[in-house]
Amino acid sequence: MDFLTIIQVLDSTVRLATPLLLACLAGLYSERAGIFDIGLEGKMLAAAFFSAAIAAMTGSVWLGLLAGIAASLVLSGVHGLASITFRGNQLISGVAINFLAAGMTVLIAQSWFKQGGRTPSLIGGGRFNPIELPFAETLSTFPILGPIYSELISGHSILVYVAFAAVPATWWLLYRTRFGLRLRAVGENPAAVDTAGVSVVGLRFAAVAICGVLCGIAGAYLATGLQAGFVKEMTAGRGFIALAALIFAKWRPWYALSACLLFGFLQAIALRYQNIDLGAFTVPVQVMDALPYILTVVILAGFVGKAVPPRAGGEPYVKER
Amino acid sequence: MTVAPAIELKGISKAFGPVQANKDISIRVMPGTIHGIIGENGAGKSTLMSILYGFYKADKGQIFIGGMKTSIPDSQAAIAAGIGMVFQHFKLVENFTVLENIILGAEDGAMLRPSLAKARQSLTDLAKEYGLDVDPDAIVENLSVGHQQRVEILKALYRQADILILDEPTGVLTPAEADQLFRILNRLREEGKTIILITHKLREIMDTTDTVSVMRRGEMTATVKTSDTSPAGLAELMVGRKVLLQVDKVPATPKETVLEVENLRVVDEKGVERLKGISLDVKAGEILGIAGVAGNGQSELLAVLGGITSGTGVIRVNGQDIDLTGKFSDGQSRRARGIAHVPEDRQREGLIMDYMAWENTAFGYHRDPAYQSGILMNNAAIRADTEEKMERFDVRPPNPRLTAKNFSGGNQQKIVLAREIERNPDLLLVGQPTRGVDIGAIEFIHQQIVALRDQGKAILLVSVELDEIFALSDRIAVMFDGQLMGFRDPAKTDEKELGLMMAGVVEEEAA
Repeated sequence: MDFLTIIQVLDSTVRLATPLLLACLAGLYSERAGIFDIGLEGKMLAAAFFSAAIAAMTGSVWLGLLAGIAASLVLSGVHGLASITFRGNQLISGVAINFLAAGMTVLIAQSWFKQGGRTPSLIGGGRFNPIELPFAETLSTFPILGPIYSELISGHSILVYVAFAAVPATWWLLYRTRFGLRLRAVGENPAAVDTAGVSVVGLRFAAVAICGVLCGIAGAYLATGLQAGFVKEMTAGRGFIALAALIFAKWRPWYALSACLLFGFLQAIALRYQNIDLGAFTVPVQVMDALPYILTVVILAGFVGKAVPPRAGGEPYVKER
Repeated sequence: MTVAPAIELKGISKAFGPVQANKDISIRVMPGTIHGIIGENGAGKSTLMSILYGFYKADKGQIFIGGMKTSIPDSQAAIAAGIGMVFQHFKLVENFTVLENIILGAEDGAMLRPSLAKARQSLTDLAKEYGLDVDPDAIVENLSVGHQQRVEILKALYRQADILILDEPTGVLTPAEADQLFRILNRLREEGKTIILITHKLREIMDTTDTVSVMRRGEMTATVKTSDTSPAGLAELMVGRKVLLQVDKVPATPKETVLEVENLRVVDEKGVERLKGISLDVKAGEILGIAGVAGNGQSELLAVLGGITSGTGVIRVNGQDIDLTGKFSDGQSRRARGIAHVPEDRQREGLIMDYMAWENTAFGYHRDPAYQSGILMNNAAIRADTEEKMERFDVRPPNPRLTAKNFSGGNQQKIVLAREIERNPDLLLVGQPTRGVDIGAIEFIHQQIVALRDQGKAILLVSVELDEIFALSDRIAVMFDGQLMGFRDPAKTDEKELGLMMAGVVEEEAA
């Protein structure tokens, strides 16, 4: 494996980690506020479809992005209504959202575009195109650092940079602001927040809304950045890998970055090499696909430190006497 | 010039459906005093305070704070009116630091840093002013219960509360911690704060309050100066009839030894030794009371004796060894050997809260031939048996088809007691028999335990309430850190000595 191959694998790692990272941070906001969200997958899928559909119809990827975020927000609102306002079961609501998104996207796609449940391929302004960072061309001739800059750091779509910038932003918001303190508190002990005179419902809806926006960006990136259009079930379990990454990261932003990069790297390897020949035996591609889940189980079993979820997670808040 | 009362309630009423929780309640609390509110469970004390803290809206009535008519639609309004509340179950974020808990909801701006710095400063001031020392950077879950309660008080003071409401504040405290709390409350009173103390413990009311209001069935039955009343007088006002605060019992006549325990050791799943070689015996016709602060191994002792966990050492009942680890180390085998167990936590270990009373009465004894009908259970027989037991134990209402959670704490405990006592055991293990039970039911439960003793049964009582230990025990053993600190004769010891032993200090008994 030469240097350029390594750079290419890492470059693809960054691309593949981006939707994971956005979804993982989305889940982080929601779960830190005490609302478990297994509907990340469904929200991403809905966002992917609507962003691609609107981008295809208008030719503007930005309108597509907005449509994606809006679609994801609507599903977030449904989840919030079910689990916060009506104190329903958060897992059931999440599963319902996943099924709803899986069915609705294909149905609407077929009805609008008549292409077998997909959107037309996006071209030109209908996609997020790579951004060349300044001097990428000139610096590329430098040894080692040149290719790292021009190939690895430069040349991604704007949403990739947004995703990576969201990590320090999330950390800052959670640990340095009043909103973050309250958000973390409402996921640990909503009664403490309530008796302090702060609205539990308001905070949880805010968290779920942020989750919706980030899932929307993640879905839009899938359909308009990573690929050029929507195809059926294109999220391919990324929402669940993001959840695994969230547990792997113990619900912390910087750890989430590492976890998503690791899982993105595994996807990049699987994509490039299919079966890996190690001489004595061959590692089938399925092992790579399964690794994020296996690693998460290992983490959950407590082999690598302890992953303690937010204590009020999954529990609707009922005011008691 | 007359001083306006710190709080005045006029004609407060609140109903939950058909249940009238508060009925036309009026009360005046003068500033700079400690006012007690006493009443049985379900008398409406907590509802009244929830109205004052903005959790509920009163159906009728007015609230005056410092002479001004005030409406309290939510907790925020209560805080703004200068009311601070210390709940029975703390409302703290356990994995936050003390400082973070204190500023939560009372931050000065969108950024945390300046708020934290300001809170750190005012925490130092408050600590100096009221003797409320807490490490501001400690994680709350690492603090003792007493210190967590201080954080709650500090939270209220940081929000400029002038009126502090404490709901059953000593339920979770050791006697020493409770004493500290009352010193702090006195200090707060001297500084001009008004304190409302809700409790069902008569002694606390008598020791600390200036005035006291008694509630019964949603009504305020009396408000008196504490110095003008007595524990017996208050108890009568609470229950509505005369109550025996002392258990009437004749001296014990211990006979042969029923339970012998030698060098009993229990190691928990984390590898911590919870019982470090316990040796004791209980004779027929006596009550051995085990005193101690919760968490010093009493629960483990009951669990291993009751066959719930395993241990090492020797346990003999009526001279025969009991299997401590093997196949016959379970509750079923223990019951077969004449051991009945009333567990400490009736809601988790004693009952299944969603099951009906008759189902709960059959648990553990479901193999009783009288309950069988071929290969099926004879449910009608169980129900009839349960109804009979409920009558004898004065369970109200005596309806076997009611689910356990619909009974009050005292009646739940009576169901468990009836199940265990009516099986005529040789040895009764009983943990915290009156925790969360109102005073009328306490009297009844105590009488039943003493009656069982007088039938010549052996009783091992575990309780964190020293009053209860003194009221029932014929001998007292004190447990500390998984060991017995010694045995005492209740007639020849006092709370002070036991309190020291509970803290691990032994003064050798003068021989």
